[in-house]
Amino acid sequence: MEPKKELIVPAIENGTVIDHIPTDVVYQVIRILGLDKYNDEVLIGNYLHSQKYGRKGIIKIKNKYFDHDEINKIALVAPLASIIKIRNYQVEEKIHAEVPDHVNKIIKCMNPKCITNFEAIETKFDVVDRDPLKLRCHYCEKFTTKETMKFQD
Amino acid sequence: MGNLKGRNLISITDFSKEEYIQVLDIAEEFEKNPKQPILKDKVVATLFFEPSTRTRLSFESAANQLGARIIGFSDPGGTSVQKGESLHDTIVMVASYADLIVMRNPKEGSSRYASEVSAVPVINAGDGANQHPTQCMLDLYSIRKTQGTLENLQIACVGDLKYGRTVHSLVQAMCNFNATFHLVSPQELKLPSSVKASIKNAGLKYYQYTDLNDVIANSDIIYMTRVQRERFPDPLEYERVKDSCILTASMLKGCKPNMKVLHPLPRVNEITVDVDRTPYAYYFRQAQNGVYVRQALMAAILGVR
Repeated sequence: MEPKKELIVPAIENGTVIDHIPTDVVYQVIRILGLDKYNDEVLIGNYLHSQKYGRKGIIKIKNKYFDHDEINKIALVAPLASIIKIRNYQVEEKIHAEVPDHVNKIIKCMNPKCITNFEAIETKFDVVDRDPLKLRCHYCEKFTTKETMKFQD
Repeated sequence: MGNLKGRNLISITDFSKEEYIQVLDIAEEFEKNPKQPILKDKVVATLFFEPSTRTRLSFESAANQLGARIIGFSDPGGTSVQKGESLHDTIVMVASYADLIVMRNPKEGSSRYASEVSAVPVINAGDGANQHPTQCMLDLYSIRKTQGTLENLQIACVGDLKYGRTVHSLVQAMCNFNATFHLVSPQELKLPSSVKASIKNAGLKYYQYTDLNDVIANSDIIYMTRVQRERFPDPLEYERVKDSCILTASMLKGCKPNMKVLHPLPRVNEITVDVDRTPYAYYFRQAQNGVYVRQALMAAILGVR
């Protein structure tokens, strides 16, 4: 008899599951999606065993669905993540995040002399390359890469 | 012809090739007749958050010769900026006092931001190491004036090609005109790969050198820049290379008769003064051309040309 599989992170009836998140960016994903301010159940699992990736993070958000732009933000840090819409405990749709053409607000410009690091300005970037990730600041025109990318507080 | 009325000029990529040529054509007209009171009912604000000699005086001279009134400051000391006012608030306020804002600010991207919050057009007079588009336009004007064309030229860029923003802008602008680039610099100060990529993407060629003597005979334009000692972590390295990018009059024997030496100024020792007396020196005229180009830009943006 096969051993009974146990769900470490409980299933949700309705909402979104973000799966296959690299373990070091789980909390960044929470911040990017504003889940730290979300007023319903958010279930977080990290360092879970994954056949595909060794270890992974997973986030389940009850009663919440994301639009395309929000999903694409996830791709900045977790390009292999899957986003699964759940209704009545069933998978309704499974999508993969894609890096968007423009990234606003969520990232800081890596250039310490950029005006966005001095004034209360919403940052804006054009994505010039997806792999490896390269973003051009709309203001100072300097490039921010995955290595120099920092998220807004 | 494109309509430049109400436009901002923040980055060289804001205008198309045709629009640049349009501004150069208008500048030619002002060179013939620089004193015309066509902006006599206009107020131009020059906001210089850091010192500048040539750029500020040239903008103010340009505006004055067209009859505009000038308000502004040449140093933020003594203004509300020093009291901690944000750039946003300064610009919103000044935009209600003036028809056009000319701004220099050491923070990169500040001019783009100013243009987004200003009710009147903004001309970038330099935002830190980022952009200085009117310098690029006067360089183009000087090249076209001395060569009769911008097309198919051999352009040598000499000195600090790594940090020199005027070189980056000039190379990018000349990529529109089928130029061939000869890049002379110490190893430590080579042109950044992103700018070289612009040359490649335009399908054009560049060649790299460490000795200025290698490019003199072939060049139509030699664009000199200053090599600064503080760019070298090792002072011995600076001593070793510092003379490799100095131009003297004797080196110019055998250059093309149409060749001109350009420099964004200020010059320190990279062009010896004996070059000034040769027919190839053009850097002071180049600075003078800045007035006509800035007149053309202000007139076009304010809708009187």
